[in-house]
Amino acid sequence: MTPPAPLSVSHLTVAYGERPAVWDVTWAAPPGLTAIVGPNGAGKSTLLKAALGLVPALSGEVRFFGRPLEEARDRVGYLPQRASVDWDFPATALDVVCMARYPRMRWWGMMPRRHKEAARAALAQVGMEAFADRQIGKLSGGQQQRVFLARALAQDAELVLMDEPFAAVDAATEEAIVGVLRGLAAKGRHVVAVHHDLGTVPEYFSSVLLLNARVFAAGPVKEVFTTQNIGATYGARLALLEESRVGAEASGA
Amino acid sequence: MIPYNTAVVLLGCALLGVAAGTVGTFALLRGRALVADAVGHAALPGVAVAALIVALVGGDPRALPPLLAGAAVAGLLGVLAVQALTRTTRIREDAAIAIVLSSFYALGAALLSWLQTLPGAAQAGLSKFILGQAAAMRAEDAMIAAGVAAVSLALVLAAFQRLRAVAFDADFARVMGLRTDRSDLLLLGLIVLVCVSGLQAVGLILVVALLVLPAATARLVTHRLPRMLAIAATAGGIAGATGAWLSALRPEVPTGAAVVLVAACFFTLALLLAPERGLLARLAMLTRRRLSADTEHFLRAAWEAQEAAGAGPGTAGDRWAPLGAVAGARGWSRGKAWRLAWWLGLRGLLARAEGHVHLTPRGATAARRAVRAHRAVEHHLLAAGATDIASADRLADLVEHGLPPEMAARLLPEPSALPASPHALGRRTR
Repeated sequence: MTPPAPLSVSHLTVAYGERPAVWDVTWAAPPGLTAIVGPNGAGKSTLLKAALGLVPALSGEVRFFGRPLEEARDRVGYLPQRASVDWDFPATALDVVCMARYPRMRWWGMMPRRHKEAARAALAQVGMEAFADRQIGKLSGGQQQRVFLARALAQDAELVLMDEPFAAVDAATEEAIVGVLRGLAAKGRHVVAVHHDLGTVPEYFSSVLLLNARVFAAGPVKEVFTTQNIGATYGARLALLEESRVGAEASGA
Repeated sequence: MIPYNTAVVLLGCALLGVAAGTVGTFALLRGRALVADAVGHAALPGVAVAALIVALVGGDPRALPPLLAGAAVAGLLGVLAVQALTRTTRIREDAAIAIVLSSFYALGAALLSWLQTLPGAAQAGLSKFILGQAAAMRAEDAMIAAGVAAVSLALVLAAFQRLRAVAFDADFARVMGLRTDRSDLLLLGLIVLVCVSGLQAVGLILVVALLVLPAATARLVTHRLPRMLAIAATAGGIAGATGAWLSALRPEVPTGAAVVLVAACFFTLALLLAPERGLLARLAMLTRRRLSADTEHFLRAAWEAQEAAGAGPGTAGDRWAPLGAVAGARGWSRGKAWRLAWWLGLRGLLARAEGHVHLTPRGATAARRAVRAHRAVEHHLLAAGATDIASADRLADLVEHGLPPEMAARLLPEPSALPASPHALGRRTR
């Protein structure tokens, strides 16, 4: 018998006000590295947030490793969008990473040393150990993203949900994130990441979910990440883009 | 020698300030400052009703504990009303707070006036809760303040990690399975505790200031949370004691007003003088940056004026450049060009005579560096196709400052070459 999928949703529907953002999505994330790809406003982040219970779902069921979230919380990590917090908050990079260890300690008292060491190790994994005591507001955008990544690593979860980890990062950070993704995959961990850059999907991920409110295609990148499927997901907008590019090439030649 | 009663009051107000500073730090970071205001105002009807009940059962209407209990209940009801309004209707939190705060306060004011028409002394001294009167504090009241301060300090320090996690990223905390609702409830309870125990000394209108001002002051001064807590607690404690003392010296000034004014003084000082976020520090930094940009522009204009006068591209020669040409190249007034020339003369970068300037060796070196950075950026922008010749100059002006020499060297690989201005090239090819 195959083990249950790290993340599976069935008939999940989420709406903000009148407009459905995620429409009757039934999908199971395969083991390994998976990208969720789709146009802006396709409900990619909403799908992750609904799975984690951060936005209410109208209907549907979410399972992590075959169990409801409540029973699997310690197996699930989360990397939110960088813009979701106030980076002017008075905390150091190490403080932020330490927050990932709170479920393992009492609600009161100081942070035990071994957790602090784990947080430092996570910072080192993303190449940020030299910035441990730096105020987070004084880090660059890419460094802030790496701090968030270190926090997700410090959770030491089997599955990490990442919301646009590559959004607006510098080359060094992109490299660090890719290194972390490969390291996680090598350890048999699973990642589901909302991803924007179509060009890097085949290089970084093994599976893909093409989402635009509904599921358009899902499966191994080699099989389903085809021009035809991408075109269907992105709809008319991509077709226009292709035409304009062809047009530009023709006139330039 | 301070009389015993005054000493008690000073101590009580200082401890209250310490508690308010620590709790206020997290209230501020979690965005709960206005909620604290709602708690304070909503407490008034609770005080009035409690006084009425105590009088009816024949107790001492001036005894503090029942009044504070009434205030706490009413304050909590107010917060619950705010939450119910925001959750069930389309009213947003700021509007909900305004509605609840004013309605509860109006109810309290009406009840208070009505109490005054009743026989007996039920209303005695209730109006002092509005603006605060620390002189009315007795030793046992100061003990209550001390107890509250100790409890809130201990709770904040114990739950420090949780409170910080929820204030920084509540969603992440929720995903990890932390009970953020409990942390929020703890914070709310502490806010109510501080507000209620501050009623007698500071008054319900101004008690929010005691929570917010020390914390905001500390936020301006430091980036570290432990330090912020310590500074907020100290500022709150000093403000409490000083305010109470001032009000003891001049009894016509309400204690609440005096305490808040002292706290506001601290805040103003921090606003002006804080090392990084203070207005003066930011003004100084801005001036310094502007002056250094103007310096580079002036030197480059002087260099290019010499180039134009025939020294040839890339060589400045040993000529005097007219100040008017420099001002014209930059679009500056003669006065501004003159002032800059005077300043650069003081710094030994150029010599001035009869409306002309001449770069000293040091000035020439600096000018060469500025020209190099500018043209490196210009050529780079042109090569990258990011701009055309007409706007390259203006774009480069925006980005060249602070361009480190090694970066300029990367943009312009040949170290010794000083390329001609692309504008000159453009003219030649046309």
